[in-house]
Amino acid sequence: MSGILLLEQALNGLQLGLMLFLLAAGLTLVFGIMDMVNLAHGSLYMVGAYLIATVSAAADSFWVGLGVGVLATAVLGMLLEVTVLRRLYSRDHVTQVLGTFAILLMCNEGVRMVWGSQPISLNPPAALAGPVELLPGFYYPAFRLLIIGVGLATALVLYLLVTRTRMGMQVRAGASNRDMALAMGTNVQRLFTAVFGLGAALCALAGGMLGPLLAVQVGMGESILILAFVVIVIGGIGSIRGALVGALLVGLVDSGGRTLLPMLFEALFSPQVAADAAPAVASILIYVLMATVLAFKPRGLFPAHG
Amino acid sequence: MARPEPSSVSLLQHKLNLRWTLPLLAALCALPWVAAALGDSFYVTLATRILVFALAATSLNLILGFGGMVSFGHAAFVGVGAYTVGILMQHGITSAWLAWPLAMAVSALLALLIGAISLRTQGVYFIMITLAFAQMLYYLAVSLKAYGGDDGLSLPGRSALGGGVELTDTTLYYVTLALLVATVVFITRLLNARFGQALQAIRENEVRMAALGYAVLRYKLVAFALAGALAGLAGALLANQGGFVSPSLMQWSQSGMLMVMVILGGVGHVLGGLVGAAAFLLMEEFLGHMTEHWQLGLGALLLLVVLVAPQGLMSLLKRRAP
Amino acid sequence: MSLAHLASLRLVAAAALAACSVAAVAQSTEPVRVGLLSTLSGPGAGLGVDIRDGFQLAVKLNDGKLGGRAAEVIVADDQANPDVGRQTADRLVKRDKVDFMTGVVFSNVMLAVGAPTFQSKTFYISANAGPSQYAGEQCNPYFFSASYQNDNMHEAVGKTVTDKGFKRVALIAPNYPAGKDALTGFKRFYKGEVASETYTALNQLDYSAELSKLRATKPDAVYIFLPGGLGINFIKQFVGAGLSKDITLFGPGFSGDEDVIKAVGDPMLGMFNTSQWGHDMDNAANKKFVAAFEKAYGRLPTLYAAQGYDAARLIDAAVRDSKGKLDDKAAVKKALEAAKFDSVRGAFKFNTNHFPIQDYYLRVITKDTKGRITNRTLGAVFKNHADAYVGNCKMPAL
Repeated sequence: MSGILLLEQALNGLQLGLMLFLLAAGLTLVFGIMDMVNLAHGSLYMVGAYLIATVSAAADSFWVGLGVGVLATAVLGMLLEVTVLRRLYSRDHVTQVLGTFAILLMCNEGVRMVWGSQPISLNPPAALAGPVELLPGFYYPAFRLLIIGVGLATALVLYLLVTRTRMGMQVRAGASNRDMALAMGTNVQRLFTAVFGLGAALCALAGGMLGPLLAVQVGMGESILILAFVVIVIGGIGSIRGALVGALLVGLVDSGGRTLLPMLFEALFSPQVAADAAPAVASILIYVLMATVLAFKPRGLFPAHG
Repeated sequence: MARPEPSSVSLLQHKLNLRWTLPLLAALCALPWVAAALGDSFYVTLATRILVFALAATSLNLILGFGGMVSFGHAAFVGVGAYTVGILMQHGITSAWLAWPLAMAVSALLALLIGAISLRTQGVYFIMITLAFAQMLYYLAVSLKAYGGDDGLSLPGRSALGGGVELTDTTLYYVTLALLVATVVFITRLLNARFGQALQAIRENEVRMAALGYAVLRYKLVAFALAGALAGLAGALLANQGGFVSPSLMQWSQSGMLMVMVILGGVGHVLGGLVGAAAFLLMEEFLGHMTEHWQLGLGALLLLVVLVAPQGLMSLLKRRAP
Repeated sequence: MSLAHLASLRLVAAAALAACSVAAVAQSTEPVRVGLLSTLSGPGAGLGVDIRDGFQLAVKLNDGKLGGRAAEVIVADDQANPDVGRQTADRLVKRDKVDFMTGVVFSNVMLAVGAPTFQSKTFYISANAGPSQYAGEQCNPYFFSASYQNDNMHEAVGKTVTDKGFKRVALIAPNYPAGKDALTGFKRFYKGEVASETYTALNQLDYSAELSKLRATKPDAVYIFLPGGLGINFIKQFVGAGLSKDITLFGPGFSGDEDVIKAVGDPMLGMFNTSQWGHDMDNAANKKFVAAFEKAYGRLPTLYAAQGYDAARLIDAAVRDSKGKLDDKAAVKKALEAAKFDSVRGAFKFNTNHFPIQDYYLRVITKDTKGRITNRTLGAVFKNHADAYVGNCKMPAL
């Protein structure tokens, strides 16, 4: 168990955690302020990744693709909010689940109709495709370092936005006590649309960052959506700080578990048992983490309400 | 947080509306003959599948529609029932009289355990905890390489009924139909009895019921375990119908699909599960035949239902009947 | 016998003859239905699309016919999911009543699809999956592999790696039947030390954990069996993490074929892989196939496309040689076993367990005369190689 291995795990966990934060931040705000369960959040991530991949390929530049894709997805998100999602705010969660699930199906199929069912490739900028020597003999992929950088920068920007601007104040007020915020004169409709657009932009950013690592394919949103829900439950619904802490926790536990558990199991059992049992236990870890947090803090680590 | 809207004028009583449920039952009984006359036995297997999912959806409706418990892990109980039958068959125990009740018992026990922990939470936290437990069961099934793991387990045959009666496609259809009818009648009776009335009242206003002295947690737990048992039965039937069990039966997306069926059909309506399962699966079958992009149509229809008939398709039908 | 009696008898005989010929004509004018169930979405989609394209090209070049009769190819997606595969197979054999099934990419789906297909007495011609179960103990008269047996290509690499003198090799494959077959096959012919043996998940796209382990174990080579999108991701991340400097990468043909090359590019130059086919093979059938494929689809075919093409030609030969009487299962089986068609691999023959006995070649990824990065076929690693499981197969009757 070398220091380099642990350092690598820490970096991997940080990278995964920051990307989950991008998704969770938008999700927790929508849930906290608009009180809406949005299953279509993962679809915005997927659409964002597809748009970024297409524009990057057409413009032969990752950065142009990223910028255009994020903006386009934000606009799409706001359009979606104004036309359909607005009608779901007053409904109960069960109906919202059905409605946003319907949107999820339509998004998946729409993407399939436009881009086909085969995955498309999104390539990182050529300069960042190779490794960087962080310590003598320890190489870490440059692109993953970029992801960490982008994640940290976004967290900082969001922090400033939420604590230092007027809109941020309204967001916090809305998350804390919606009726009171309404009574105090917040323009609710515009705020909601803006929050949704911001959430969509964050999703697209995450999609553009993770696309080169994973794959841009139909249904990519579903697997990460469930992780995002776990994050916001751990962090506390409505709280961005909670989303960050929760995301980092989940990222570290998940990455660490996937690497260290098989090694542990192999030392204790045979490779076949390790191959069968370790991935299962590693996958369950984050749910165990969530259950533990909820046992001590039933409303998450930093609940916004009350 | 918003509460689910009340389901009908006479809040808690439920009728089976024999005027049109009996003709429906007659039509379902006649289906295999019609299919045989048309020379197409495929529709019997399709109908069996619909009835099995109707049973699963009805069991979910018990806790979701009538109990107000939004469980996102219900597919796990279906999967557990299916795996019980599969594993027993792998070890040579094929009798339906032994395997199916055992499947129900295992599912009920698991539901009791999971419910005991989950029902202490509320709202979205309850949803997430049930989801977490379901995912744990899913990953457990994936790790069971002896029983196929991620690739699933093919069953060598169907459960044995004994007495020389074999579970052919047609026989399985009738058995499933009989079990579904029995379940629907049982649930209706249960809802109209003291237990069911209390359960629905708890859904409406839990705090008041607790203040009135009802052991709220106990009612919910019993309902949860009962729903789990029925889901396990559905799983046992599904294993027989498909001849194949795999962990994908337990995924959260399957739970989501069951929820969609219940909501589509009508939360809090006794036949909501059947209507929802039939609507969903028939659309999947026929739309799928027409175009490979059928999910777009399905999504559009679901959205329409949400916006126009928020209480599901059953509420549309009930509005017409006096 | 009275004259009238004789006349009526002759009438009856004539009517019967007419009816028979009408029936025969009816049967021979009915199209041959083929169910092509393959993976058309998800990370494995490229493989399924290639099989489909290769198969449909063969039918097109044959004027839309198989064995002289019109062909109806029903394409369906199994989503690389055994459950979906089984249900769709059920639908294809029961509702659409197909005469042949083909197309499955992944062996776990294959094992789920096999049961309903064989039960309904439908022949399955595999254009890829060749699980060891169907080569040995569970061999079935309705299963024919037009591709290979899962272990074979890995056996060839195992021999190559040993011959090239590598002593410590790390092994990585997905945790499903073909993955296990792969590493079993590799180890059968590899005589050095196994530094580590890791099984990944079949839909896994992020290999940071496996790469960390490689960094810690320090083998001199790594052998991966990661088909399609999985391989693309692994190789990109492997190179991105700087591990390609010290560790040589080996793979079977699946991980070094045109789809992976196109996505990864330069970093793949110099990689060795093995296959039973290369697009530069010098026989008439192959030259025609490659030229037609490039013209129709604008890309070089992978071995999946070649297998799909061969599967169609095998079905064509079977329908032709059984004279279109597809209800006579014994005749169709005999025609399939004879396999009288020009394979793009050159000579083609089946073993007693319906798996091919064929040559396996070493290929290397280089730049060709047109400057494209692609495979060049070097020599043969195995000649007339049979699979290791044929001894366990006691082929049951139809």
